Order: sequence, then C-alpha cells, then structure tokens
Amino acid sequence: MAAGYYTPALMKPAPFDYHQARSVAEAVAHLGEYGYEAKILAGGQSLVPAMNFRLARPAVLVDINPLDELDYLEEDGDTLRIGAMVRHVTFERPVTEGPTGRILTMAAQHVGHLPIRIRGTFGGSLAHADPAAEWCVIALLLDAELSTRSPSGSRDIPVAGFFQTVFTTALEPDELLVEARLPKLSPRTRIGFQQFSRRAGDFALTMAAVALESDDGRVGNARIALGGVSDRPLRASEAEQALEGQPATGESFRAAAEVAAREIDAIGDIHGSADYRRDLVRALTRRALEQATAA
Amino acid sequence: MSERTKAEVTLAVNGRSYRVRVEPRRTLADTLRDDCGLTGTHLGCEHGVCGACTILADGQPVRSCLMFAVQCEGMDLRTVEDLADGDRLHPIQEAFWENHGLQCGFCTPGFLMLAAGYLEQNPDPDDDELRAVLSSNLCRCTGYQNILKSVRQAAEVMRG
Amino acid sequence: MIPWIGQPLPRFEDPPLLTGEGRFVADLTRGASFLRFVRSPVAHGRIVAIEAPEQVTAFTAKDLRDVRPIRPLLHRPDFHPIEQPVLASGKVRFVGEPVAVVVAGSPEEAEDAAEQVFVDIEPEDRVISAPEAIRRGAPAVHDHLEGNVVVDARFETERVDEVFSGAAVVVDFDLRNRRQNALPLEARGSIAAYDPRSGRTTLTASVQSPHVVRTVLADLLGMPESDLRVVVPDVGGAFGQKFCLAPEDVVTAWVARRLRTTVSWVEDRRENLISSFHSRDHHYRVRGAFDADARLLAVDADLLCNIGAYSCYPVTCGVEPLMALAEFPGPYDFRTYRVRSRGVTTNTCPMAPYRGVSRPVITLAMERLMDLAAVRFDIEPAEIRRRNLISEFPYASATGLVYDEGSYVESLDRAVEAIGLEDFRDCQAAARSEGRYLGIGFSVFSERTGYGTSAFAARSMDVTPGYETVDLAMDPSGNVEARLGASPHGQGLETTLAQLIGDRLGVEPARVRIVHGDTDRTPYGWGTFASRSLVIAGGAARLASDRLAAKLAAIASAELEAAPEDIVIRAGRATVAGTDAGIEVADLARLAYHSSHRLAAGMDPGLTVTASYDPAGTFSNACHVATVEVDPETGGVRVDRFVVVEDAGRLINPMIVDGQLHGGVTQGIAGALYEEIRYDGEGNILTTSLMDFLPPTLAEVPTIEVHHLETISDATITGAKGLGEGGTIGAPAAIINAVSDALRPLGVEVAEVPATPSRLRRLVSESERIPA
Repeated sequence: MAAGYYTPALMKPAPFDYHQARSVAEAVAHLGEYGYEAKILAGGQSLVPAMNFRLARPAVLVDINPLDELDYLEEDGDTLRIGAMVRHVTFERPVTEGPTGRILTMAAQHVGHLPIRIRGTFGGSLAHADPAAEWCVIALLLDAELSTRSPSGSRDIPVAGFFQTVFTTALEPDELLVEARLPKLSPRTRIGFQQFSRRAGDFALTMAAVALESDDGRVGNARIALGGVSDRPLRASEAEQALEGQPATGESFRAAAEVAAREIDAIGDIHGSADYRRDLVRALTRRALEQATAA
Repeated sequence: MSERTKAEVTLAVNGRSYRVRVEPRRTLADTLRDDCGLTGTHLGCEHGVCGACTILADGQPVRSCLMFAVQCEGMDLRTVEDLADGDRLHPIQEAFWENHGLQCGFCTPGFLMLAAGYLEQNPDPDDDELRAVLSSNLCRCTGYQNILKSVRQAAEVMRG
Repeated sequence: MIPWIGQPLPRFEDPPLLTGEGRFVADLTRGASFLRFVRSPVAHGRIVAIEAPEQVTAFTAKDLRDVRPIRPLLHRPDFHPIEQPVLASGKVRFVGEPVAVVVAGSPEEAEDAAEQVFVDIEPEDRVISAPEAIRRGAPAVHDHLEGNVVVDARFETERVDEVFSGAAVVVDFDLRNRRQNALPLEARGSIAAYDPRSGRTTLTASVQSPHVVRTVLADLLGMPESDLRVVVPDVGGAFGQKFCLAPEDVVTAWVARRLRTTVSWVEDRRENLISSFHSRDHHYRVRGAFDADARLLAVDADLLCNIGAYSCYPVTCGVEPLMALAEFPGPYDFRTYRVRSRGVTTNTCPMAPYRGVSRPVITLAMERLMDLAAVRFDIEPAEIRRRNLISEFPYASATGLVYDEGSYVESLDRAVEAIGLEDFRDCQAAARSEGRYLGIGFSVFSERTGYGTSAFAARSMDVTPGYETVDLAMDPSGNVEARLGASPHGQGLETTLAQLIGDRLGVEPARVRIVHGDTDRTPYGWGTFASRSLVIAGGAARLASDRLAAKLAAIASAELEAAPEDIVIRAGRATVAGTDAGIEVADLARLAYHSSHRLAAGMDPGLTVTASYDPAGTFSNACHVATVEVDPETGGVRVDRFVVVEDAGRLINPMIVDGQLHGGVTQGIAGALYEEIRYDGEGNILTTSLMDFLPPTLAEVPTIEVHHLETISDATITGAKGLGEGGTIGAPAAIINAVSDALRPLGVEVAEVPATPSRLRRLVSESERIPA
C-alpha cells in the first residue's frame, strides 16, 4: 500500500520562525533553545533550495548574515583564519600569497556561478557538507581546523573527523561553526586542482586537489583530496603514501592515481556509476598531479 | 495562516520604500512580485539554477528565490523595473533590443540584472569572462548567441 | 527601408519585455485563489481513498464526475483510443498524475493544504519502457488495451527483402533516444475567472492554441463555447509543451465555475519536470541496403515510441510514430522502404510533440545510417551524402510526400566549405597523434513545415488543424490591425507579419498592430506550432493584404481617374504608375469610412477583409556540421564549432531567423549531450530539478555560425518556408556523428542519446581498444 500525505512536487517552504542573530552569542543561544528544530541560515544557497522543495523543514531559522564579526580573513603566522561568513566570491582573487591563495582561487572559480558565489559562505559550505563542495575538499586537503561555539563553550575540530556522511558533520545541533583555520602550504608546495562536472557551475562529479612537496625531483609530502566520489570528501591516503619518495614523473602519478581509484569507496548516482567515478578519480588525480608539477 | 505569524518588513526597492507584511517563509522573489507588485522579476525554477529571478542586492547580482524578504531590510534592492531611466532604455536593454537578445523574454530580466551588476564592477571584461558570467543564467530560446553579443556591445557603450 | 521584407527590423515585442512590463500568467494572479494539485506518488495503482481534512477545500474525480475525459482520436483501424480523466479516477497511471486539487489563499498555503490530503493507492504492476510494455504478458496500462500498443502503423513498398538480399552492403543498427522535457523557462499555468454577471468564464493561460483550448474546454465541461473566453498573455516559451491540452487547465476552469470566483494554477519547475508533457523516448532498429557505389537502395525500420500514460489532445499520441513513418526517408533518394511504427503506452508521464517532434530522432537515424555506411565504404561522410541526396524537384518520396524545390546538395557543399573539411581532417590526424580525439559530424535534413489540413488529414485526425485566418482592417486613421488565430510566444511574429503587411499596404510596420491570443478578438485558428505561423498565418496575412490593397487601389483609381491596375501603393501613397498623381493611403482610409457615398456602386464601406490560407506544406532544408573534442578518460564532450547552412526560402526578418536557428541548435545540442528525464524501475522520476535535468548554459554552447541559401519555391505564396524546428531537428545528428567520428579509433559508435559522459566513458571502457 502506498498510503500517506504525499505530493511529489512542492516549491514553497514550510512555515518557520525566523530569528535574526545580532551576535554569535545570540545565535548560539537560539541553537541551544531549539536544537534539532533550528537551522542556521548563512548564504542560503544550498539550504533555501532544499527548503523550497520542503526537503528541509526547519521550524526555526537563525539568520547569521548580520554577523560582521564572522566576516573576516586573517593571517596568523602560518595560518589563514577564515570567518564563517566570508563569501565565496572573496576567494576569486588570492586572499594570501603563495600556493594557499592560489588553490583557493582555483577552487573558487568552480563554486556555482557568480550570483551563488556572492551569497554563499565558506562556513556554510563546510557545515552543509556536500561531498562535492569545493571548500570541503580544500579544507580536507589543507588539514584545516574548525572552531565552533555553543551555549556550553567553544570547541576545535580537526577537519579529518568533521565530515561524517552526506550533509552530516560532527557539529552538534547547538553548535555554530565560526571559523576555519587553514595551515598555509609552504611556499614551494606545488598544487593542482581538477574537476569534472556536467555543466559549468554544477557540482562536480569528481574533483581532485593535490599539494606536493618535492625535492630533487622526488615527491616528499603528498596530499590528495577528492570530492564528489563518496558520501563525504576524502583523502586518498594510500595514494599519498604510494607517491611519497617516488620520482615526480608521469609514471609515478599514473600509479598513484590508480591507487586512488582503487582505494575509494565510490558511490553512483544518475550522472554516473561508482565505476565511472573511479575512472574520473584515476584521470583527474593524475591530471592534478601533472598540473602541480608542470609549471 | 494567521496574521500573527507575519512579519512587518520594510524593503528599499528601486529607491522606494515598501512596507509589507509577509510570512518569514516568503521568498524575496515572491515578495517583490506579489507584495510589491514588481512582476518583472521572474521565477523559472525556484531552486537557484535558472537565474530568471536575478536582481541586484547592494549592487550585486543575487538569486532572489534563495533569499527571504525578512532578511532584506536595509538592503538596497534593484529590479528590472528600475533599469531604464524613464523612457530611456539602459544601454544593456538597448543592446538586447538591437541585437535580438531576447525571444520569449522570460529570462530577460534576470540576464539584464546579471549583466548590469557585473558590468558595473567589471566594465571591460574579455569574452571568456563574459561567457563565464553569463553562464550563470539559463535561456531556452536564444542559444545565448545574441545575449553574449548584446552584453559585449553594452559593455562597449557603457565604457563610452 | 522599403521593402520591409528582408530587413532585420528590431522587434515590436521587445520594449515591454525589456523593462519588466511583460505580463505572463503568474504576473496576473492578483485577487485569485491558488490551486495546488495533489499528485500520485505511484506509477500504477488503484485509488482506495483520497481524504482531505474539513478545513481544506479539495476536489477529486468524484466532484468532477460530470467532466468528460479527454479522448483524443484518430480515425484509423491501427489506432486504439485511450481516455484520460482530468483528475485520476479509479486508477493512477504515472507518478505525478493529478489525483486531487486544493484551493487556498496563497501559494504557500496551497502547498500546506496539499500536504494534508491523504492519498491511499494500491500499487499494481507497472511498465516503464516501451520494449517492456510490448512484451507478452506485460501489465496493461489501460484495462481494455492488452499489449499497450495504441497505434501500430505499417508501410511497405514492393521487393524489400529482394533488394536487401541483393545489396552490396547492409548496415544494421539500434538507436535509443531517451526522454526529454521541452522545458520552456516559464512553466505552464492558467487563471480562470468566472464572471457571475455574464456567466462567462475567462481562462488566461500559457498555451499555444487558444481556440483549440476553448473548444475542448467547452466539450469536456459541457458548456456553450460562447460562454468561454481564452486569453493568452505573454508566454515564456513553449516549444510544443503548451500546445496539447493540460488537464490542469480544465480543472482550473471547473473550480472557478464551481466556486464562482477566480482561481489560478501556476506550475512550478518541479511539477513541470515531473508531470508536464515529456517527449522523444524512441527505440529504433534500422537496416539500410546499399549498392556497391554506396547508393542507398532500401530502408527497413522498426520504430517504437513511448507515448506515456495517456494520449495528447488534439494531435493524439499518433503524432510521433506516424510522422516518423512518413518522414523517415528525409532528404535521401531511395524507393524501397518498409517500416513498422508503434506508439506504446507506459506508466510514465504523457508525451506531446516537442520542437521537431519525431524528426530529431529520425534525422539522427538516417544520418547515423549514412555515417556507418561511409565507414564501410571508406569514403567521406560528405561524399556518401552527395551520392544519395535528392536533387530534382518536385521529388516524390517512397511514402508519397512531395518535396518542393530545395538545395540539399548545395547546403552540404557550402557546409563542407564553411567548416574547412580538409583542414579539419589534418588537425584531427595531428591531434590523434597527441592522444586527443577530435571529430566532425554532418547532418543533412529536410524540415517539412507549414502543414496544412491535407497533411494532417493524411493521419486521419479527428481534429484536423492546418488553415489559418487573418481578419485585417485599416481604420479611418490609416492604421492597420491584423487579428489572427496563430498564437506566437517569442517567435517575433508581430514584427514579421507587420513587415509583410506593411509592404503590401504601403504603411510602416510600426502602424500595423497584430492582435492574437484572445478568442474574443480573433478568428478561429490553430495557434502556433509545427513551424507553421509565418508560412500559414503569414500566407493568410498576405492574402488579406492583397485584398485590402486591391480595395485601396479601387478607391484610389476612382479618385485619381486611373485604371486600378495602374495604381501603385507604396510608402503611404497610392500613385498612378508613371505619374505624379497620387493620394495618401490615410486619406483613402478616411474616405472609405467617412465618405463612403463616394465609393463605387456595390462597394462596401470601410476597409475590413478576411482571408484564410491552407497550403499543402513546404520543405525547408539545411545542413549542420559540428566539430567536437571528446575526452575518452572522462567521457566529456566539448563542441568546438557548429555551422548551419539553412534554406528556408525567402527571409522576412533575417535577424529573427538566425535567432530561431541559434535557439533550435542549442536545444538540439541539449538533446544530444545533456538533457534526459530518467525513471527508476518503479516508475519514480529521478530528474526533478535543474541540477539533474541539465539544460546547457552558455558555457556549453559554441558560437553558432549561420549561412543562408534562399530557394524560392512556389509552394507558399510568400516564398517563405518554416524553420522554427530545424535547428533542433538537425543538431543532434551532427553532434552524435561528430562524437562517433572522434571515438572511432577506439572502436566506439554512439547508439544511445544523450551521449552523456558516463555513457561515452563506458563505451570507451568496453571497447577492445582501451587507450593505454
């Protein structure tokens, strides 16, 4: 029997109460009060479509757009501190010197389209945890550390444990993501960023971001982060290990890409099967490594 | 829905102040259209892909279907109704007319506002940049050929 | 600017659309209540119960029991009619079928109300694809129709098997063109207003054919047609999706009458993707027999068209299979032909004609046949086409269609030159040595346009469209008004008709007002579809203008004391040829109304005429050529160049013509590479947003280079041929041939469309020649 209250097509949000936060403390207090019932409204570029479809139905929306205190970029020694409300568009030009600024810029060009980048936020993207979101992959690549606030205080979360599954993070319902700290890449780090999407601006079917340190033509520390292939962004750790100490050649890159394609737990959807995504991982990882070492 | 759940919101649109009572869930696009009577802003998908609802918020092109009216107090909002200067069309409107940059006209307000917001900050874009920006919105009639041509020409005219 | 014909005149339609003053259905809902349809979550099943809480105003089929079902008809023995209740009654047959409607004060509240309607459906076995539906023992979508075949048409010339057995080469292939949505950027919608004073109901609707809607509404609701008015405001694109009757429009009119008020239905994008008409979804098996010189001798085709759960009104679901059957031969000269073409019902969203109807798929099939044969003969794709294209006119095809004069070979030659075929082959070879895969694809096709009643009657349609009527009047001030049943929605017909009429009457096009989209104001007509409006409404406008010009000349001849045949009407004046004697057209107009005593005996006062036009039809033709680069590792395709050589006869407004081609080609690229409606095995639709159904953006569309040939045939009185669909008809074949050409070194031939990256990647992987 298929009985129920069901219409397959809805396009206006369900009712909710709206609170405009005037401070982080106030936002967090609302979260403390409403818990799972509440959702944070940052840029809204992913949340509002889901609400329009009534796939997301928060009873309470806490709007943090007025919080200028979360709209900052600061360089703190070797760390880039990014306030949660920094908009995607900010990264279209390098926000810091060296490879860190460059890879942020490379990724930013693929985040949706201009009007989306104007509203969407760095913190919102991490908290939303779309496995194909550029910032999630970059945060993972750069071993970011995330700071949160809640009524009971604050907490730092290493990005490695942050993304749990699709749209699910380590954030507690009363926790607000306030900052991402990106340890800056050493100036000599080589970077590559490749993605494949059906159309310009679409979420990638797969993306690969790499950061390599190499000396005398040999790969030292290697990092490879992948997006869009699984239920969360991933580091291809076996491939990273396979690459370390190897000569920085096409052959090594090809081998590492093959390891990456095998090690991931790929998922399929209407745009491509798990096998197809593995093919993309193989191609894009190799290309990102070649891109990193080409210049 | 009882009146109690509605919020009173003052919106600054096209240099005019609109005082409206809306539910928090009413999107900015619906508010502009249904509460302010500014139906030039169109809804083609209501999930942020097509861009027909693009308007300028504080001078920047945004999707008005992905914002709520209650968020927009204090913003300077601009819609297609304000693009022309009285009877004198904006150079972007002129260029669309002259170059057949529209057919059914449904996507047109979104493209005009996207282009207006972009060109005001980037007066001299090259073709690759224009292609990238104009790929933000969907058009089903023109194959984009004359939209690109129109915006290219408008940029030239606006640079003077 | 005289003559106006041929000028790239900026459109009269544009200023309001540029300034936010366009008026689309959703802009006109002020004061109306809002409807929301509750739709079936089940592909096939028996409705057990539909219940709404007391505070919700809801209606179901039980309330609408006096409304007749939609019953599209063909009068032919191979057609089995099926019926569609406007709200599901007893059974549901596709996910998204409307089962109830609710009424509320705002769109948001209407959705809240819809969510409170409890629907209980007992699921039954379902069929989703056409091959599955014709399998023995498949569940019947309609109880009386075992086997699910709604139309089963056959055609066979003599000696088919004999020709095949004697052929030098037989090419044999399958082709699958998946399902698309026409996707006008404005979805469907209507507002029904009941006027208690007059008892009339006005339906303001985003449709292509206002008079047809009025007639069928009257039929289904059982009311006099004179109590109905259908108004079409600005329409945000249609492409066929708004030509066939939307059951929701009938319900909207019914609710307005029931509640004696004004109600509106504004379809949203998700509803549009789920339950507005879909299109394509064909499975073909094709064989072609060639002689040793690569001349096509015969074609044998089995065509299966998935028509969805119901047949569309008025054209019926026969439109796809019957057009495919009749027009499959396209621009190629062969005399031996066997075809079976079936329309099969399934538990999926109903289909309706979409820009090009069957022709994007049959053109793809013929053009694949040519390319596959060229490979077998090891000759250039352009060469095999040259050997087989029709070149003498009129040409009667194997199915008896008569092609008027065209430029099939010339268009191909021009395209070869424009694309630079030889240089491309050099680049392609160089790229292949670097591991890059470039390809080129040709598509030569005929586009039958301006279908008159004789063309539609050949399909034995119960409702036989075809003619168009124009009421033309010059008022006493010398301004002109033309009222037509055609119903343009973005094509610029207000401008092109004003150019046509203006030339004939010697007035500036700006003084010619075109009135359409209001059944109270316009003569009965068929609307705008099938690349017909400029040909047929334009033809009627031309005939009416001739009549009006003749009357003006007659009046002028009396005033100027000259023979009527010596009067020349031009630039606002009627003059006696070869003299300075003349009179302003505006003065003639004033005279016709205000000094009618001066008119010749027997001449009616005023300046109003009516003319109808019903041509047999005409064939446009074109050659498209695309170059692409395919990335075999990702399956990604980039279209590098796209060249169109189009022959649509006389061009009235070349700028508008190019716009139609640009848009048409882009929709063809969309169909070839991007857009696909997907169902799972249960009949759930998986592509319900524009993040899953993927219309291309500017980034995916190359510069489209357009070249024109102008063959003026006598098939139409204006010399113009239709071209609204041509871009969409030709582009998929050019793209798919180019992709196949690129990947041929890897042993890949594309047989499934759209050629998505994952499909292409799978073909490359499965091929034995996987790149290292």
